[in-house]
Amino acid sequence: MSNKEKHWEKTKGLMIITLIIWFVFGYLIFMFGSDLNTSSFMGYPLAYYMCAQGSIIAFVVLIFWFANRQEKIDEEFGFTEKEDD
Amino acid sequence: MFKGNFIDNLPKIYGTYTGGFFIFIILMAIAEQAGMTAKTIGILFVAFTVCIYAIIGYLSRTVQVDAYYVAGRQVPTVFNGMATAADWMSGASFVAMAGGIYFGGYTYMAFLVGWTGGYVLVSSLLAPYLRKFGCYTVPDFIGTRYGGNFARFCAVVVLTLASFTYVTAQINATGTIASRALSIPFELGVWVGLVSILLCSMLGGMRAVTWTQVAQYIVLIIAYLIPVFWISNKSGFGFFPHFMLGEEVARLGALESQFGLVKNAAADIKAAGVPGGLKSIAVSHAGVPEGGMAAWKFISLALCMMVGTASLPHILMRYFTTPSVKAARKSVAWSLFFIALLYTSAPMLATLSKISLIDPNLPTGIIGKPIAEIMQIEWVNAWINVKQAFIADFNGDGILQLNEWFMRGDVVVLATPEVAGLPYVISGLVAAGGMAAAMSTADGLILAIANALSHDIYYKIIDPKADVRKRLLVARALLIVIGAAGAYIASMRITSILGAVAWAFDFAMSGLFFPLILGVWWKRATRQGAIAGMIAGLASGTAYLIYVYPKFMGNTPWLGIDHLRFGIIGASVCLVVMVVVSLMTEEPDKATQQMVDEVRVPSGKTILGKQH
Repeated sequence: MSNKEKHWEKTKGLMIITLIIWFVFGYLIFMFGSDLNTSSFMGYPLAYYMCAQGSIIAFVVLIFWFANRQEKIDEEFGFTEKEDD
Repeated sequence: MFKGNFIDNLPKIYGTYTGGFFIFIILMAIAEQAGMTAKTIGILFVAFTVCIYAIIGYLSRTVQVDAYYVAGRQVPTVFNGMATAADWMSGASFVAMAGGIYFGGYTYMAFLVGWTGGYVLVSSLLAPYLRKFGCYTVPDFIGTRYGGNFARFCAVVVLTLASFTYVTAQINATGTIASRALSIPFELGVWVGLVSILLCSMLGGMRAVTWTQVAQYIVLIIAYLIPVFWISNKSGFGFFPHFMLGEEVARLGALESQFGLVKNAAADIKAAGVPGGLKSIAVSHAGVPEGGMAAWKFISLALCMMVGTASLPHILMRYFTTPSVKAARKSVAWSLFFIALLYTSAPMLATLSKISLIDPNLPTGIIGKPIAEIMQIEWVNAWINVKQAFIADFNGDGILQLNEWFMRGDVVVLATPEVAGLPYVISGLVAAGGMAAAMSTADGLILAIANALSHDIYYKIIDPKADVRKRLLVARALLIVIGAAGAYIASMRITSILGAVAWAFDFAMSGLFFPLILGVWWKRATRQGAIAGMIAGLASGTAYLIYVYPKFMGNTPWLGIDHLRFGIIGASVCLVVMVVVSLMTEEPDKATQQMVDEVRVPSGKTILGKQH
């Protein structure tokens, strides 16, 4: 496998992991909204909290994490951009 | 002189700007104490901020193609994040979102999840690759990746339809805010709004829009957060509302069962003469509706909004302006961070507003008190007079019940500061924030449409030999034409803000989502496949919308997929058709496959030249 192909395999892997986490916070937990609401977090009913703040914060952290991971992958295979471009 | 150190000086420039804006707020507060009328303060707030945007728009004028289309590709990550956040958060987000949560509770909050989660798709599937491609517009990518003018043309059609649906709502919002703040008729307000929008974008295209959007973000976020924190503190709910309103949310649940959530019959509402668009609370604030169908409705709405986000050209094109692919990825993260500041505050504002009104133990509470007494309150009177609030004593006991208090959703953002007894200067600030939100989104949308028409239709298809001067002239003329068309339709007041906004997402996802991502992620995707997918997706989505929308054919939605969610149908059809047709047609040629390989690595030259 060429360098480019290996880079793309890893990139795809990261994309899939990212989308799985996205699926959990965007959909999976809301399939169980009424069960979640029986517990609470900081006094908020949990399902309410997750859509008011929890999932949104999770998405922000996820994208920052994804960007850093992808930079590492690019670096590993020598595809980092030159800064002067 | 302006350009050289401009980028390095950005933090200083916008820091000074923010400081200046705070000084302006303080001056207005002093003027209020000195007896300046509320009306004058409102006018000054809107006029002052709009003038600043116009000055930025003028200073960013340009005669270069890459500055006009992609801001010269030198917008730093964090600033592009702010600009995207302003681009993204529309008049509806600013003015109507808290109201939506106020009335719709948990069910409505599917919009919050949907309008944020889409950025995960943008960052992992699209933005870095489109940046590497080096396109000026979204159809530019479709046209080059799949080849041929017809694919390009189809993409322009989807883009125009989605963005235009969205832009009328935004011009409508600028008109509403301008007419309220400047005390002019709505029809005139729409045109005043349009002129302000064009001042920001006409001379400098993307470059001007970028730097005004950063300025608009600063105004809108200050205007949203100050009231939320102030109200929370003043009413004793806690210093940091986001962490401290848990108890209030729980108390809302108790109050709901105490007063009872009654859904008024349509006939009663009509008989009482409740003005159109006003609602009473009939849905639980934090309670999750039971059953699989309710969960599916939540999830399907979130899905449409997320996939729609990743297909909306005015958002995607913001990531063409970063200096590198790496910066494009980081910039998506910053965008969502800046968006989250407002989106996580909207439920808090809705909670504060609701508890202040319905808790009878609070001095601001009105539910459960005698109607005669409530009619004495100044803000109640003022909002009833302009038909934004209404009292209908259904059971005739002279006491205001929860289902007898009607108001418009916008009132939550616009009146809560007044209800909590904040000075008028805050209401002026909120007007300026709403104006900034609506203007920045309208600017991004109008520019997206005009750029697609001028670059993809005029330059790429009609007259490829046109010189730079002529291209930019056409681009600017189109800005005016599209803006005017949007303003004309907005002045006719056709749809409510949110109906139209959700449709834009559904249109975009029906026609563009799969052609965009498969263009990067599936080498086998062919021109014929993409064209068939775009046409079939858009046609089936639109047909389904006509089939279910109550004002058109009004048939029963299939599996709960109503007119807000028609993109599910469109995008699924698009995917199936695109894959089937691609597999039936000949594999793309070597050059195209190599191009896709190139797009997948960040380093190296962009596919399309710096100027094209």
